[in-house]
Amino acid sequence: MRGQVIVDQERCKECSLCITACPHDVLRISAAINSKGYHPVEAYQPENCTGCTFCATICPDVALTIMRKRPERK
Amino acid sequence: MARMLMRGNEALAEAAIRAGCKAFFGYPITPQNEIPGYMAEHLPLRGGVFLQAESEVAAINMVYGAAGAGARVMTSSSSPGISLKQEGISYIAAGELPCVIVNVMRCGPGLGGIHPSQGDYFQAVKGGGHGDYRLIVLAPGSVQEMADLTMLAFELADKWRNPVMILADGTLGQMMEPVEFSAETKSEPVEKPWATTGAVNRKPNVINTLDIVPESLERVNHRLLAKYERIKEEEVRWQAVGVKDADLILVGYGTSARVARSAMEQARRDGLKVGLFRPISLFPFPEKQIRELAKAERQFLVVEMSGGQMVEDVRLAVDGRSPVHFTNRLGGMVPTPEEVLEKVESILEGRGN
Amino acid sequence: MRVVFEKPEAMTDSPMHYCPGCTHGVIHRLVAEAIDSLGIREQTIGVASVGCSVFAYDYFNVDMQQAAHGRAPAVATGIKRVLPDKMVFTYQGDGDLASIGMGEIVHAAARGENITVIFVNNAIYGMTSGQMAPTTLVGQKTATSPRGRSAAETGYPIRMCELLATLDGPSYLARVSSHDTKHIIQAGRAIKKAFEMQQQNKGFAMVEVLSTCSVNWGMTPAKSMEWLAENMIPYYPLGVYKDITAEEGK
Ligand SMILES: Cc1ncc(C[n+]2csc(CCOP(=O)(O)OP(=O)(O)O)c2C)c(N)n1
Repeated sequence: MRGQVIVDQERCKECSLCITACPHDVLRISAAINSKGYHPVEAYQPENCTGCTFCATICPDVALTIMRKRPERK
Repeated sequence: MARMLMRGNEALAEAAIRAGCKAFFGYPITPQNEIPGYMAEHLPLRGGVFLQAESEVAAINMVYGAAGAGARVMTSSSSPGISLKQEGISYIAAGELPCVIVNVMRCGPGLGGIHPSQGDYFQAVKGGGHGDYRLIVLAPGSVQEMADLTMLAFELADKWRNPVMILADGTLGQMMEPVEFSAETKSEPVEKPWATTGAVNRKPNVINTLDIVPESLERVNHRLLAKYERIKEEEVRWQAVGVKDADLILVGYGTSARVARSAMEQARRDGLKVGLFRPISLFPFPEKQIRELAKAERQFLVVEMSGGQMVEDVRLAVDGRSPVHFTNRLGGMVPTPEEVLEKVESILEGRGN
Repeated sequence: MRVVFEKPEAMTDSPMHYCPGCTHGVIHRLVAEAIDSLGIREQTIGVASVGCSVFAYDYFNVDMQQAAHGRAPAVATGIKRVLPDKMVFTYQGDGDLASIGMGEIVHAAARGENITVIFVNNAIYGMTSGQMAPTTLVGQKTATSPRGRSAAETGYPIRMCELLATLDGPSYLARVSSHDTKHIIQAGRAIKKAFEMQQQNKGFAMVEVLSTCSVNWGMTPAKSMEWLAENMIPYYPLGVYKDITAEEGK
């Protein structure tokens, strides 16, 4: 796991743009329901995440925070 | 400072600069062009900004921005241009932004003409734009008052966080009279912690007039109305001459009041008991002061250069206690003292209207 | 692990009211990131316009003024003229900027007013529920062009960058898009550049961001992104229409 997506469930509106943007099939719509009635996304294959930030870049609601492993020093 | 002979519009502009006006935005229209002309000449040399806007609409919205940023700011125009500014004025009133708006009235409706008129009274004192709001409206009656009331306007604007309108007319704007300026800025610059000046060590400030929650907007409406009530208590200004023993009181503001004053003086010389009541603040209107003068054996004659606008407020104030008569000229015509005197005589002789 | 992507400081914590998938949110974030990266949050005054982005004052963590429909460039002018050392930007939709506010934007540009304009072109009036905009494409169906926009009846969509590029006032004019990550990153660079132009006193800078309105277009957010790329970009070519610093460099 090189990267990690943290979803702010309350900000997510289930637009799915992050799912289409993710090159590694990390995300999907979850079964949870937030206070606005949306099913927020979740990282169902977190081990695939590279921390590339594509999902967060396209997210219109700034609902995603991305962590990445520090590159190994050579 | 010595007395100088100045045109009304120029005296007004000079007074604004002395009152600390830091920005002027306007669009040319007769008969107020001397105001932007004077501002263009002098304001940049005295630490301010002059900008000729692309329209009155742009000008009033520039005023909104500058007032929101905390500057003392002014715009001036004449009737058609003031109509165009109304949406912006409503926003400024709703945003509770202090500024001074000058209307050197010309005759209308439509493009009308460039001669003086008082046809914009309703527009000025009843709100003018959409929604429930009021301007503080001051009506100068001389070149000296063009200056003094402009200085006062900036103070009242800051004090009440409300737009203040100077309601003059082409005659007052164009005529020359001696004028004296009191000491430099009478008022200290006011602290404006609400202004958008950059959120340094504080939460962001927001200038906004949108409120889509009815319960919440109603509270805003009530707060504004309460402010207007306090303004009515504290800011009424008027002049009364020879009213104590008067059988007939002339009521007029601005140029009409000057004409009425001449008529009154002639009437007194002729032995008629005539007085003059001149509202200086049109909002708040000197309602109580007029009511106190109203009694059965006294009559009122309202003189206007409009189809009959302020006369409605006089009737409301008098509330049936005295007969209220009306005389006017329209279309850019200024009533003469003789015309008014003739009307006074006919009323007092019981010839009625 | 370290954080490589998070909400910028120049955005507040308020969740945004936009419809799911609305690119206004992306563009807000790009503006906020530009403000953060230039370290100008405390010097910035934003002007929200009337349109779906009317509540922008709740989302930007900077001083804000809310302007009447179309008048944001005039309001920004008023602010900038009395506070010339502050950074002033407007955020406007296509109805706001290219229809009712056409006068204000053209004259602010002509004056070379030293402000930054973020122009969100979604080819429709979003807030009032999907009427024809000055940027609606010929043939595009909207609430007020139900049979598709007819050029014979309502003329042609307006290309603002090209139009303003005929003036001497602007320092920087660019059209970018928000339909995929690559273009969003490019859009972010253009927006930052438009703020830098102001910082360097170069004068009027505008970035037009092609954007979507999936609800009023009647498509899913993902489909809207495709529609934008396939239909809007051919009519509204992306690129830099003016950059006086590039000219200076020559
Ligand atoms: C003077 C005035 N006219 C009309 C309106 C109604 N109105 C509100 S938003 C809007 C259109 C906004 O469309 P656009 O600028 O394209 O922004 P979007 O909502 O698409 O982001 C209109 C016509 C208004 N508020 N004020």
